[in-house]
Amino acid sequence: MKIIIISGICLLMMALIYSCESDSTIEFKRYYSSGAVVYQQHCQNCHGSSGEGLAALIPPLNDSTYLKVNKNSLPCIIQNGLKSPIKISGRVFSGNMPASGLTPIEITQVITYVGNSFGNKLGIVSDDDVGVEMAKCNSPL
Amino acid sequence: MRKLTGILLLLSLFSACKFNGDKKTLPILGNRQPVTKTVNGQQVTDTVYQTIPEFKFVNQYGDSVGSKNLQNDIYVTDFFFTTCPSICPTMQRNMLAVYKAYKDTADVKIISFTIDPKHDTPPVLKKYADNLGISGNSWWMINGDRDSVYQLANSYLVGVKADSSTPGGYMHDGYFVLIDKNKHIRGTYDGTDTKQVDQLIADIKTLKAEPTAK
Repeated sequence: MKIIIISGICLLMMALIYSCESDSTIEFKRYYSSGAVVYQQHCQNCHGSSGEGLAALIPPLNDSTYLKVNKNSLPCIIQNGLKSPIKISGRVFSGNMPASGLTPIEITQVITYVGNSFGNKLGIVSDDDVGVEMAKCNSPL
Repeated sequence: MRKLTGILLLLSLFSACKFNGDKKTLPILGNRQPVTKTVNGQQVTDTVYQTIPEFKFVNQYGDSVGSKNLQNDIYVTDFFFTTCPSICPTMQRNMLAVYKAYKDTADVKIISFTIDPKHDTPPVLKKYADNLGISGNSWWMINGDRDSVYQLANSYLVGVKADSSTPGGYMHDGYFVLIDKNKHIRGTYDGTDTKQVDQLIADIKTLKAEPTAK
């Protein structure tokens, strides 16, 4: 009998905790954790486990200004890769980034993860926002 | 009481073993052959270990360099190419740790062979080295004839081959290979695994402490 009461209380508390979180927060957490897996599989080799990049060869992802300013161009860069040089905190990187082959939803997930890790605070990134940008991408080279 | 003394004795024996074990020597890897020769009328059998064959190629400065320049060096070798999209960045990130640990040690070097010599000409290698932040002569990026380099990779126990189905066009192992002053292979380490690379950095120290029989 005691066990039933205790587990009942536990369930009630859990339900309370869950209802405290808004839908968008749950969605954000879901995207963030899926994005972490996408990052490990597709990005980490080059950009490093803490987004540190590699010397002057591979740009870091821990410069919060670059990602914030270029937030809208991230989906297309991830989809098609990058061939033109970019400048991050005064340093020029001129290597090629290969196209990722990720699906739009994976791109949203990985932007959510990178955009809120390594010192970045982009906040929630929605499928819709990413979709709008990707519709404007030039076709892959 | 007698039992206790026995246990204590055993314990002290164990700790004695451990103490001796601290002073470890690295194994010699690769093929080995017994060679029997006659010395002073007596038959003597000796083990001959695989050595790295002679080579002579060009480094990132355009200088002609080879095994002759490494006669008095311990060195670490890996095989890579500058446009490699897969494991190379991780390997080079880890090799940088080895470089930083030993760049001021005269007899420790790093020799990276490109497996895409057509693209990775000495100027391309120089730019890559600059971008990695390496200078001086403790880390050479080597450009050599493709077939010779591939053959040499086998001597280092590293597998490489051209493979159009792999991203980047070449398939290769990510091993770091440790070579002593007698051209023997003393260790192979997964260059994508930071723990094994830490072991490599420690093993170089062990190898340096070894008396060199030439």
